[in-house]
Amino acid sequence: MMSAVAFFKQPLVVALALIAALLLLGETLSPGFASGQQILRLLIVAALLGIVAAGQNLVILGGREGIDLSVGGVVSLSAIIAGNLMDGSNAGIPVAILGCIAAGAFFGLANGLGVTLLRIPPLVMTLGMLGVLQGLLVVIRQGIPSGKAAPGLSEFVTQPVLFGLPGIIWLWIAIGLFMAFLLKRTVFGQRIYAIGSNEHSAFMAGVPVGVIRVSLFVLSGVFAAIAGICLLGYSGSSFANVGEQYMLPSIIAVVFGGTPLAGGKGGYTGTMAGAVLLVILQSILTTVNIDESGRQMVFGATLLVLMLFYGRGKALRT
Amino acid sequence: MTVDTASPAHRSGSIKRFFERFPFLPALIILIVLLVLNGIYQPRSVSMIGITSLVKTYLALMLLAVAQTYVVYAGDIDLSVGAILSLVNVVVITLMQQWGGGALPIFGAMAAGLAVGLACGVVNGIVVAAFRLQAIVATFATSIFFTGLALYVMPVAGTPAPTAFWRTYGGSLFQVPFVFYVVAVLAALLFALTRTRLVTHLLSVGDDAPAAFQTGLPVTAIRIKGYALCGLFSALAAFCVTGDTASGDPLVGGKMTLFSVAAAVLGGSALSGGFGTVVGSVVGALIIGLINSLVYFIGTPSEWQNLVQGLAILLALMIGVLVGRMARR
Repeated sequence: MMSAVAFFKQPLVVALALIAALLLLGETLSPGFASGQQILRLLIVAALLGIVAAGQNLVILGGREGIDLSVGGVVSLSAIIAGNLMDGSNAGIPVAILGCIAAGAFFGLANGLGVTLLRIPPLVMTLGMLGVLQGLLVVIRQGIPSGKAAPGLSEFVTQPVLFGLPGIIWLWIAIGLFMAFLLKRTVFGQRIYAIGSNEHSAFMAGVPVGVIRVSLFVLSGVFAAIAGICLLGYSGSSFANVGEQYMLPSIIAVVFGGTPLAGGKGGYTGTMAGAVLLVILQSILTTVNIDESGRQMVFGATLLVLMLFYGRGKALRT
Repeated sequence: MTVDTASPAHRSGSIKRFFERFPFLPALIILIVLLVLNGIYQPRSVSMIGITSLVKTYLALMLLAVAQTYVVYAGDIDLSVGAILSLVNVVVITLMQQWGGGALPIFGAMAAGLAVGLACGVVNGIVVAAFRLQAIVATFATSIFFTGLALYVMPVAGTPAPTAFWRTYGGSLFQVPFVFYVVAVLAALLFALTRTRLVTHLLSVGDDAPAAFQTGLPVTAIRIKGYALCGLFSALAAFCVTGDTASGDPLVGGKMTLFSVAAAVLGGSALSGGFGTVVGSVVGALIIGLINSLVYFIGTPSEWQNLVQGLAILLALMIGVLVGRMARR
């Protein structure tokens, strides 16, 4: 039985408590903020961030300073590929999904191979890849017109499908269940924690460290690609660098969810709460009547204060 | 770093030792190759005017890369350097505009700019080292805060710099372009800093923080000082941006942050800390500049330029990491 203090120190509990507090604050600042309709809208936005953060979460869990800065580029690329492949028609959706996932997996694979075979630090490798992706976006955008979302996709993302919830929420729940199963119930998942907490002993125990790390980066690319497709459905058409806004927030969602950047511990349930927390915070700041400069200052300062609740590093003095 | 010179038995090639003494050497070779290629495709680019304009444009990135290097020494990272640069840029421009464009107000505004950079650096240092938050996310949060401050000081870009300021930066003194004096002063400054205890301390913290702590080094204070130094150099970079663009822009530095990290890595510094040189970072910044101009000179169609630049920088980063590791092994 855990003590009350330990219970309240769990990242998931902290995140959920903060979410409740922020909803209450939002409701007092502008009545109607916490209405069902509004919360649904917030959850859709959070799902987009949360899906990107799923891949980020896996890469970070795998340790060795695992981080994926290229997710933003993959999201943008996927949104534009999906827009072109479906170009406003439902018939193009399957091809678009396949094309985007293939592209995401390809760039994830490239990242993973660079990190494992050449042992380039993930931050450097994915930073370089981000530059490549941004360049590729310019080429694609000037070569072909940026297409439109198929009506079916837009409906899936924004309209209720089942029990009043839009398809993207169901997709996010499914991803949440998939991640929980993957991390807690499969050998693959256990091996992720193993290489994240001590790569050397995992290697000695026969864990195929390289293969697992590469697959984490591939999964990160795939999740970013899925988020890109959904983002296209949400906004209707893809525009310049839509994905950039997900790069660092996806990392913050993971940290707010209780997965330290050092890897090896944590999970996705917390990250989902972290994504919701981040989106609610941003939403409150847009409802209050302050100008952009004040909004940014409050947002930055709040993030810092919130970080104090989570994984602070160990003191050198013990 | 110099321990191995005592045991030459397992350290065969002298080239290897040479790389170890001068870890920026691979970057320097890449730089020379790029210079030659630039010269082949556009002879004018290696003329006095060409080099001057290259230095003028990329001096800010060189300084920002140096700023990044001091925190990277200690195994930290600062994703707010670009935001600090923007903030100092708008503060300096606003003060110059209010105080008038004479010599005294200009120096006054620059002093204020340095103070702002220093303050931002100290804030980062406290947040990362004293509060022990993770550097990547914490400095991202402070970068949002600094950007907010910059937007508060100057909501929209466009306020011009006093003529005397950008004329001096872009002009010549005794037939020598002004930026070369800046480079000379910078070189002297960096050389002096290299010999300070602080740099040695930063490197030892980055190499092994617990060991540094156990030998009695004030690790937290050292890391804060590293961030403070980073803030100061970001402010210096802001002066160069101000001289080069001759106007204020609250978002001017945003895109430069990741390039400063890339330049430090290109120069052979290890992001895990404990190893690196500021000379390497300066060379790294120049490599990025030369890649950008070479892509243009070889006649890449405009829509392909970003992609070719991105691929070339990724390739250079990989070479930098691989060669750097070979040198250290």
